[in-house]
Amino acid sequence: MKKVMDHNELFTRPEYKEQFERKKTFENCPSDEEIKKVADWTKTPEYKELNFQRQHIKINPAKACQPLGAVYCAAGFEGSMPFVQGAQGCVAYFRSHLSRHFKEPFSAISTSMTEDAAVFGGLNNMLEGLENAYALYKPKMLSVSTTCMAEVIGDDLNAYIKQAREKGVIPANLPVAFAHTPSFVGSHLTGYDNMLKGILSALTAHKKGEPNGKLNIIPGFDPYTGNIEEIKRILNMMGVPHTVLADVTDVFDSPNTGEYKLYPGGTPLEDAADSINGEATIALQKYSTQKTIDYIHKHWGQKTVTTNPIGIKGTDALLEELSRISDRPIPEELENERGRAVDAMIDSHPYVHGKRFALVGDPDLLLGLMALIMEMGGLPAHIVCTNGDKNFEQEANELLASSPFGREGRVYVGKDMWHLRSLLFTEPVDVLIGNSYAKFLWRDTGTPLVRIGFPLFDRHHLHRYPVIGYKGAMNLVNWIVNTILDEMDRKTMHSASFDVIR
Amino acid sequence: MGRIEDTQKLIDEVLEVYPEKTKKDRAKHVKPNDPTGQCSTCAVKANIKSRPGVMTVRGCAYAGAKGVVWGPVKDQITISHGPIGCGQYSWWSRRNYYNGQTGVDTFGTMHITTDFQEKDIVYGGDKKLDAAIKELKELFPLGKSIGVLSECPVGLIGDDIEAVSKKASNELGIPIVPVRCEGFRGVSQSLGHHIANDTIRDHILEKIEGKLDQSTPYDVNLVGDYNIGGDAWASRKILEEMGLRVIAQWTGDSTINELAIAPKAKLNLIHCYRSMNYICRHMEEKYGIPWTEFNFFGPTKIYQSIRKIASFFDDKIKANAEALIEKYKPAMDAVVEEFRPRLEGKKVMLYVGGLRPRHTVGAYEDLGMEVVASGYEFGHNDDYKRTYPEMKEGAVIMDDATLYELEEFTRRLRPDMVGSGIKEKYSYHKMGVPFRQMHSWDYSGPYHGFDGFPVFARDMDTTVNSPTWKLIRRKKR
Repeated sequence: MKKVMDHNELFTRPEYKEQFERKKTFENCPSDEEIKKVADWTKTPEYKELNFQRQHIKINPAKACQPLGAVYCAAGFEGSMPFVQGAQGCVAYFRSHLSRHFKEPFSAISTSMTEDAAVFGGLNNMLEGLENAYALYKPKMLSVSTTCMAEVIGDDLNAYIKQAREKGVIPANLPVAFAHTPSFVGSHLTGYDNMLKGILSALTAHKKGEPNGKLNIIPGFDPYTGNIEEIKRILNMMGVPHTVLADVTDVFDSPNTGEYKLYPGGTPLEDAADSINGEATIALQKYSTQKTIDYIHKHWGQKTVTTNPIGIKGTDALLEELSRISDRPIPEELENERGRAVDAMIDSHPYVHGKRFALVGDPDLLLGLMALIMEMGGLPAHIVCTNGDKNFEQEANELLASSPFGREGRVYVGKDMWHLRSLLFTEPVDVLIGNSYAKFLWRDTGTPLVRIGFPLFDRHHLHRYPVIGYKGAMNLVNWIVNTILDEMDRKTMHSASFDVIR
Repeated sequence: MGRIEDTQKLIDEVLEVYPEKTKKDRAKHVKPNDPTGQCSTCAVKANIKSRPGVMTVRGCAYAGAKGVVWGPVKDQITISHGPIGCGQYSWWSRRNYYNGQTGVDTFGTMHITTDFQEKDIVYGGDKKLDAAIKELKELFPLGKSIGVLSECPVGLIGDDIEAVSKKASNELGIPIVPVRCEGFRGVSQSLGHHIANDTIRDHILEKIEGKLDQSTPYDVNLVGDYNIGGDAWASRKILEEMGLRVIAQWTGDSTINELAIAPKAKLNLIHCYRSMNYICRHMEEKYGIPWTEFNFFGPTKIYQSIRKIASFFDDKIKANAEALIEKYKPAMDAVVEEFRPRLEGKKVMLYVGGLRPRHTVGAYEDLGMEVVASGYEFGHNDDYKRTYPEMKEGAVIMDDATLYELEEFTRRLRPDMVGSGIKEKYSYHKMGVPFRQMHSWDYSGPYHGFDGFPVFARDMDTTVNSPTWKLIRRKKR
């Protein structure tokens, strides 16, 4: 039997090369010279200027829409079924998108609204949807969000859910949380924030009681299940009782036992309800938790702290807060982990010091990565944040100004990866950090890519490793420095510099 | 009728859990197969609205128009017109391979969107669209056309994308194609295919004279092949070796010119009937071009199809067809010989879309496997009519199946492997049921043609016989 050739090899063979040439006679494609001329032009400063002038179109943006963040958050509670009021294609997309990143099943429900709902409103879809969803999937809670269709026609979730209860289509005591999540406002981060606030409002109503001495942790829209494992490990080491709000670990990283569980985990509803009686709430991201933190602070009267535990100093700050709030010392074991992470950074610093970085991603991740890179003497150069706002811009600029290694950094809020393409040609960098779609930039510009962020579709298992805490710092250093060394090998493989010891 | 009755009983048990109204509805969509067509109650109802809340697998009109039909046209700049999400989630996920320099003369792997904000919803998006089109034309001068693929809000706020497109097209001198594929239209992806077909007709076929230097009696179009993992290239190879000249691919790896010259062909060869029968019927009516369906999955169907296609042509082509079958038969026999012993008797459950629920059955059978259940996300009655004869008596036929049904049929039918989509993949991994994505070929392919069958066979073997399934330790109950 001959070796089976799939697309990777097949289409490089001469018979296909010839086929492609024959096909060109029908394509009416531009001449090779014309293509080369335009391709070269796209690399010039003039093109960059034109590219940065555009106001009305996004090209390869790094952000998703509100309801994606909402269904992600909704899945993080015990027995909670994400339930989306609107057209059905959206839910098919959310499910696909999250499954492609986490390589896990992801369930969510749509009310399948069509033309008639556009005219008459989506009440009937909501009522039948709730009844069917409850009968088929037996949720302990329904977490309702909206697509842009439901938002544009003005569906009123609160009123609809009330009617559903009155009509008895769902049990009177079934918690139904809701959040309006228009996809034309903010990004997936906003949707996460809105849904979390909605869920906590629903579950904690009338639950205010005695303080439970626990700390609430809000991870934010976090594409790394490893991060949530890590924060729980740290809290357990410190002996701090805690509740993670929207704990997606078991949902997006469930063990294979030969059994498919529709609801594989999540924050127990009882714990979530009791979170109102917690000691304090700590958010591990800022830009996906602002409304929720504000709500907890104002309505629960709870102490709230927002941290960004990426890099050494970011982790130091988190642990100090944890120690202060819980009145417990930072254990020696964690101190040792710090020492190991710092040791790793010292060992690797020569390969990172002075290197220029381009970064694209969500705001909190970008801030954390900038900090870590500067801790190692690297130079953040282009920081592209499609879903960043003015506050982020200011915060990022302040961070750059706080270190001599921030001197080359420039923050681009609302820009996209096509802008970044221009930047990489006109002001090249040594390393690019971004999600899987940044591989097109890697291909076009030859800049080595470290895959960090969301979504990561074309590499496996990265999401299982933390990027927060000292362990996370170690992982980031590992990925970054070894990408640099791989690139060094590739560049020197035909020269004397092909060193075996680095 | 024994097998049919047994299957009906099994179906009834599965549907028992539904609320009354939904149960009645679902019962019309799930039936035991009768290949003879004699059973009066065995035909499924199809292309009907999904019930809210049941967890349908279906997508929307935008997915059908942008994701399937227009997305692969490589030298068109395709705008996802509306909020950010739709274009994000459908970004290069269908693997419609193409040759070209992305961002220069081709645009297939790019996500281009007007990224609607609240003010666009309130004041309308037409001005933004007009400005966006002009910005794109400046940045991508080699783009041959610009497609405006509408997302839900566009149709709800009363934007006039047709007027904007017409004006911009006159100004810029290239087609600007407004596609009304808002996600709330219709019941599934299927309407999006139809809408997209109609816009190719109205904005390309009716308006552009394509460039084709000469015609030959052997000019054909390869229609309804989206070149997933290179499928269309593998199919084209066969057609060219038969002595035919493929002047247009619709729409995998296609250009605007290929769309425009299609009416000059002598025959339309359609692989995915569901998504492109509309344009074939149009070309038949308007230009008198006949069309024929074919199936390039697995040697049995490939041989049949090659002969069927050749029958439209002269003796030279017929002789070529026989010679071609002769040439490839030993290689195909070797593939069967290699893989069949490991796959013989294995049961397959399929739940996919387009042409696959029926077209891949023969390829499985070539490997000794039996498809015990099959269904379409967005099929119509004519798809099911074409499916019944391909399947064994008593097989389960399911239309617009829900997550719950797929899980239950899996428990009861105990297939050795399941072929479905990304949304299903990982729940089957958890169940320990071997699984293959049969929309995207699980990032493999091609599966079409003589070059595709070895890959198909290898992949099914990889799926069914991976030792990893045996590592699972099931909890004792």
